[in-house]
Formats: sequence, structure tokens, C-alpha cells
Amino acid sequence: MNLQLTEDGKLHHLLTLDGLPRAILTQILDTAESFMDVGEREVKKVPLLRGKSIFNLFFEPSTRTRTTFEIAAKRLSADVVNLNISTSSQSKGEAILDTVDNLSAMHADMFIVRHGQSGAAHFIARHVAPHISVVNAGDGRHAHPTQGLLDMFTIRRYKGAFHNLTVAIVGDVLHSRVARSQIHALTTLGVPEVRVIGPKTLLPVGIEQMGVKVFHNMEAGLKGCDVIIMLRLQNERMKSARLPSAQEYFKFFGLTPEKLALAKPDAIVMHPGPMNRGVEIDSAVADGPQSVILPQVTYGIAVRMAVMAMLTGGAA
Amino acid sequence: MNASLPEAHTLITRLADAIAPTLTPDTFIVGVHTGGVWVAERLHALLKCPQPLGTLDISFYRDDFSRIGLHPQVKPSNLPFDLEGRDILLVDDVLHSGRTVRAAMNELFDYGRPATIRLAVLIDRGNHELPIRPDFVGLTLNVPKHQNINLSRLDDGHLTLSLA
Repeated sequence: MNLQLTEDGKLHHLLTLDGLPRAILTQILDTAESFMDVGEREVKKVPLLRGKSIFNLFFEPSTRTRTTFEIAAKRLSADVVNLNISTSSQSKGEAILDTVDNLSAMHADMFIVRHGQSGAAHFIARHVAPHISVVNAGDGRHAHPTQGLLDMFTIRRYKGAFHNLTVAIVGDVLHSRVARSQIHALTTLGVPEVRVIGPKTLLPVGIEQMGVKVFHNMEAGLKGCDVIIMLRLQNERMKSARLPSAQEYFKFFGLTPEKLALAKPDAIVMHPGPMNRGVEIDSAVADGPQSVILPQVTYGIAVRMAVMAMLTGGAA
Repeated sequence: MNASLPEAHTLITRLADAIAPTLTPDTFIVGVHTGGVWVAERLHALLKCPQPLGTLDISFYRDDFSRIGLHPQVKPSNLPFDLEGRDILLVDDVLHSGRTVRAAMNELFDYGRPATIRLAVLIDRGNHELPIRPDFVGLTLNVPKHQNINLSRLDDGHLTLSLA
């Protein structure tokens, strides 16, 4: 029983890409494609979600994800309320489900949830009334499904298909919910070779079981790649003695123009943001001709519109 | 084909003849996906309209979205001109409830403020649910509610009407 799907197989919550069938992923990408032109209209709005109330519940800070969810909801004509909970009732000690119950009493239709604890969005999805949908906007180290989807959308836009690609995910996979969502999506969509590249201390034990090839050497791992996804190296990891220093990390795992030259000449470079320039990625690459990092942000709006429209439409 | 329905081509020619005297050089033809675009393409050619043809996919404007959801293959709306102050000839294949036309007009107004909108349909089949009537019509029929009129396009581009 998949909590995310209705009995007739439609998307009801979006919590993780793990276990979502390829048909649903493709439907989301196709729907996102049809929303692409809305951002270029004189009135950047369509009335699909008029009268719906969407609550952005952010228990953890975020700029890009929260903003693009907000823009996506507004382009669908929904009413959006942003709650930065780390600075409000949580600090007064209100339990998470009490917060959710109170907002449900304000007739919420959808919750977009970002939380530092893995499983928080599932926890809320199990609790809410059946007419309310929950979207996971990042939970702990577990999943960040809309980021994974916008990455797939970006790859499909630049590469056309998935069945003939070699994709490398580079960096701190251990702490990355983004990487997990990407791996699930890439394997479901039929990418034949998914590689993870990083130092032993930043790759989870047994990650091969997710269907990826493991490389500890950047030069070997990048050879022949069509897509390179760089992950953010979180500074706090340095303090926990998993890495000697940012300089040394950059030397071995930072993406420089020289290392990028080992991939296919038309390889694209992606990054979920925010970037640490000079740590995991050289500015010459981040701002270079192969970088699609800013298009990723633009596509994120269309993908989030697609998810929200699919969760809301056809409910009855 | 159904014996009681005329050739689509005959109706399109009839429609073009009715529209021709009213067509100004500033008239822009806009077809509604999918059947309306086929008819609009023919009218655009028959009337030798000098302006580019517009197309609308009204999926994002339907009033039954919350009940039936989004059509999986929404085509992009393409209006390659500024609507501000223009005369729009909106074209659809079949006028039934009028809800598609309502959605199309709402969408048009999100692109700008046209001076006028007129409606041309191949068939007005009755059972209107909104105060929307065509300015130009190829054929008026009373089709019972449970029946459907469909315009389809064959591989060779030939348009045919059927009743089911």
C-alpha cells in the first residue's frame, strides 16, 4: 500500500520518489512541460487552483525551494501562506501535529513540508484529513522529491531521453536527500549507468544496492559522462572530521574545467544549490557554457506547478 | 460516415462564405484545440487571412478541473501576436454547453484586451448551459444530450464528422 497514491493509482501525496512508477514520473514531467509557457505570458497565471489554500511549512530554512513553491502556487492562482516555524510556535514548544491541526482548521488544502527530521512529511501525511495533500520539500537525509523531479526534467530537456545516458552524482551523498531522490528517479526512468563519486567517508555503506556504480576517483568516475550532478558540501561536515579541509576536498573532488574535460564534450553540469564556489565547484564551471544550474531553478517552478496541479485535480 | 451529417469541408466553406464579408485586415483567427484548430487552419487558408493563426489549449481554464483533473497532454497555447485592441475570430468545431468558449475567452483576456471577439463554430448542437451563441455557424442541429458529435482528422488531413 503506497501512501502516496489513491486506490485508483493517482498521486495524492508526494513524499518520496522511491517506489513511484515510471508512468507517474513521466506524467509529472509531461505536465511540467505544458506549464513551461505560463511563465512567459503577459499574465503569468492560470486559474487551476483558484480558491485553494496552500501552506508552506518550513521547519528548516530554505530560500530557493520555498520561493519556487510559492511562485508555482501563485501561478496556479492558489492562496499561499508561508510559515517559518523554526521562529514561531515550535520555539514555544507546540507539537508538530498540533501545528498541522490548527492549520487544517483554517481550511488548508495542501501542506508543503520541509523538516530536518527524516520522515516528517510521511508523519504529517498519515495524520491529515483525506482531502489534504502533503508535498515533501526535503526531510532530513531522506528525500527531496521535487528537486529530484526538476533534475530529471532538466536532463530530459537537454538530453532528450534517459535510456542512453551515463549520469554521475558527485560529493556528499551520505548526507544528501537530493542524491537519494535523484538515484531513485534515474533508475526508475531507465538510465543505464548511474555513478556516485566521492570520498569513502561521504558515501553511504551499501549504496551499490541502489543500483549505482561507486567511484572514489573523480577522474575515473567522470570519464564518458553525459550528466554531472554536483552536490553541496555542507560546511558542518568538515567540522565532524569527515574531511581534512575545503582546499583538499576541492583538489580531489571539486569540479574544475580540467576534470570536466574528461566527461563527454556535450556533458551538462547540474547543482541543486546553494553552491560553495571553490569547494565542490570551480566558478569557471559553475558559470561556464556547460552549466545548466540556473535553468534548473526556472524548471523547478514548472515541475512544482505540475505536482500541485496533479495533487489537486480530479480529486472527486 | 453518418448519412445525416454533411461533409465537414462543405460546412467549412459555408462558414468561410459567411465570415468573408466581415473580415477586416486586423482580424486574427484563433482556434481552440484540437478540432477548433483544424477548422481554424482551413478558414485561415480559405479566407487568405494575412495575420498569423493563433491556437489555444484551454485545459488550464476548464471549470471541471477539480472533478476530472488535468488533461495529460496539454498543448501550448500559441498566440504569436499582441491581442491588445485586436479583432479576434474564435473558432471551435462543436458548440455544446458553451463552457469551452467561456474558458477560451478567459484565457484570451489573460494575454491582453482584445477590441472584439466573435465566435465561429462548425456545428451548434444545442443544449447550451451558458449565454453563449455563435456569430457564424456552419450547421445548427438539435442533438440529444446523450449523443456526441465528433470531428476527426484522417491521416491524409481529411476532416470528417461523426455522431455517436
